[in-house]
Amino acid sequence: MRPMAQVAMVMNLDKCIGCHTCSVTCKQTWTNRPGMEYVYFNNVETKPGVGYPRRYEDQEQWHGGWTLDKRGRLQLKAGGRVRKLLQIFWNPNLPSIDDYGDPWTYDYQTVIDAPLGAHNPTAHSISALTGKDVNLHWGPNWEDDLAGAPARAMADPNLAGLEDRVRMEFEDVFMFYLPRICEHCLNPSCVASCPSGAMYKRDEDGIVLVDQDRCRGWRFCVSGCPYKKVYFNHRTGKAEKCTFCFPRIEQGQPTICSETCVGRLRYLGLFLYDADKVLEAAATPDPQDLYEAQLSVFLDPEDPQVRTEAERAGIPTDWIEAARRSPVYALACRHKVALPLHPEYRTLPMVWYIPPLSPVADVAHAEGYDENDPDRVFATIESLRIPMEYLANLFTAGDTSHIRRVLRKLAAIRGYQRAAQLGIDPADDLPEQVGASPDDLDDLYRLLAIAKYDERYVIPPAHTEDAGRLMAQHEQLFCSLDTPGGPGMGGTGPEGVDAFHGGASPGASHQFRDDAGRQRFNLFGWDGSGSAPGLFPEESAP
Amino acid sequence: MSSTWAYFWWVILPYVAMAVFIVGHIWRWRYDQYGWTSYSTQLQERRRLKWGAPLFHYGTFAAIGGHVLGILVPKSWIDAIGIDEHVYHLFSATAGLIAAALVIVGMGILATRRLFVPRVKATTSPVDWVAMVLLGIMVILGIVVTAINAPLGHEYRDTISIWFRSLFTGSADVSVALQAPLYFQIHAVAAWLLFLLWPFTRLVHAWSYPLWYLWRPYVVYRSRKATPPPEPGTGGRKWRKIGTPY
Ligand code: SF4
Ligand code: SF4
Repeated sequence: MRPMAQVAMVMNLDKCIGCHTCSVTCKQTWTNRPGMEYVYFNNVETKPGVGYPRRYEDQEQWHGGWTLDKRGRLQLKAGGRVRKLLQIFWNPNLPSIDDYGDPWTYDYQTVIDAPLGAHNPTAHSISALTGKDVNLHWGPNWEDDLAGAPARAMADPNLAGLEDRVRMEFEDVFMFYLPRICEHCLNPSCVASCPSGAMYKRDEDGIVLVDQDRCRGWRFCVSGCPYKKVYFNHRTGKAEKCTFCFPRIEQGQPTICSETCVGRLRYLGLFLYDADKVLEAAATPDPQDLYEAQLSVFLDPEDPQVRTEAERAGIPTDWIEAARRSPVYALACRHKVALPLHPEYRTLPMVWYIPPLSPVADVAHAEGYDENDPDRVFATIESLRIPMEYLANLFTAGDTSHIRRVLRKLAAIRGYQRAAQLGIDPADDLPEQVGASPDDLDDLYRLLAIAKYDERYVIPPAHTEDAGRLMAQHEQLFCSLDTPGGPGMGGTGPEGVDAFHGGASPGASHQFRDDAGRQRFNLFGWDGSGSAPGLFPEESAP
Repeated sequence: MSSTWAYFWWVILPYVAMAVFIVGHIWRWRYDQYGWTSYSTQLQERRRLKWGAPLFHYGTFAAIGGHVLGILVPKSWIDAIGIDEHVYHLFSATAGLIAAALVIVGMGILATRRLFVPRVKATTSPVDWVAMVLLGIMVILGIVVTAINAPLGHEYRDTISIWFRSLFTGSADVSVALQAPLYFQIHAVAAWLLFLLWPFTRLVHAWSYPLWYLWRPYVVYRSRKATPPPEPGTGGRKWRKIGTPY
């Protein structure tokens, strides 16, 4: 056993109202820079729908994630190492920016400067890539609330095989929102695809990051991730990805998307897992067994032996304690109501989802039944093939039995609580019917409906006791990410180098202030236009 | 050519270019890891790149191989393994022309892309333009050299090559270089200009071709804490077996 800790997230899809607050705050925090206009580390998709980027879930098209070779060994779906090195000049699996949506802004100035008149002035759209006018054909959230669904939603890869039975007519339609971030997988194919070795999974908390200094822009991480959660910054020529807000997590704070989630549907906490079992689980032959296989990788923090081993592996005691209180462990392992997104990609994703009961409850309601009556909902769950199969395609590689089990449990919680509140006796066997004890249902109810901030986010701060000593040992010259356009955004970085960076606004760096505070001229950064003040000493009077 | 100018073109320029090339790379590596990238534009445009980039790069590899063979390997060695001048020239002219064709077609596609696809053009910085023009001149000169020399058959291995190697022995042999036809001379001088500029352009990505990928473990783990570097002289293990965890 080799225990490791992983920070993970669970989202309760029933509660997502599709408000996109998470996307907006994430964007403001991380991707509000030139080169990243088209990027949403957190995006919210309406399902059914083709998603962002278009049809990213179809791995026969994009070849993301892992697959098994003929002898049952794990290999990257896009091919082996030699193939990658040969395809380095043109990556056949890379989505184009049109698949994400050509980023645009509007010519607001025209509106602002418009004279008084009878007609409203209009602001036309401008491409952020070229600065020229652009007609909009697609965008990151083009299909919000099923917009255009009758024409396009059938292209959703999760509807494969259901086409003849799903109808996109208003009366029959079902929908829900799927907020997505990077899954910080246990077996990350993005890391495995990066030829430079710039991507890594952190020992302490399992967060997957791109080392901006080592990335050389080979783009295989972008295509290697089946969830398409690594993005290429087209100005800096480097890959960037969801960071799980690691600077916040290290302080024990929730990620920005969780902190600001209006539906309060995100849970953050630790998993302890056995690193020795990861590859074996990812190589499980039948994709429908991958969910169970991943469950078997997690370690029960209540088990004294696990705790001793974890301690021995160097996991701090407060982290082990936090793992015991972890809401994500409770939802995924103890109550088994959270499911991984697309386990068939074999990356062992670590952002899990509680499937939504609402599409089913809606059907029960539409047929004139009380959607809180567990019997009715149970019956509906049994009889409905859609959206059950659709949800199964998302969360269990097509196995509807787990979806049924989870939805029944969710329905049972509602029925049980409703009965308690109305003072009627719930059916005695209701908990047993869903394989739970009354205490379990109470516990779940607390977690899903009441859990306050401290219960939703159980994040032990990182241990930084010896950070100062280490810092002193290799004195840093500067933080290279603080260059203009970089994710650090905080400063000017090393003087002069940004003149060599593609797309950096030319001439931006030919002036700087020296230590004495004088304005100086830097010939390296000069684009040759305009004057060169300060290059030569002032002419002294004769 | 007056001897002063010859001295400049064939001794001073090469040494200055080499010095700038080396010091420039060290400086860039130390100060600008963040800018050290290929600046791919595949995201913005993929149809033309599909042909342009592989043609250009693989053609360039072939061309570099040819240069190594013709310039770095002494003629006597090749003679020694029984390849006479005639066979060598037949081979080098044919292979050279094929490589030249690959490079020029690739370069043509890449250049039209940069010039005429607005999305790509927008990402191009001034240094990129300079590098592109210089590279273009180099490639065209190189092709002219290959094409003109194929029928003429000047034995550059007795002139340019000897001069080039003499640069590294510390006694640069200007006179042999001057015996080469003018088109060879111009090509050689242009090459030094390119080397002079190299460390300050995106061309540095050439040194990062990630061969290491072939034997590293798939999933890389790293500690959040910076690990203290091994003290000089303590000899940390540098090589690991494939698959051993970090
Ligand atoms: S979801 Fe995140 S960790 Fe997993 S493969 Fe994609 S980028 Fe990597
Ligand atoms: S902020 Fe929360 S409720 Fe709103 S879209 Fe995001 S996940 Fe859904």
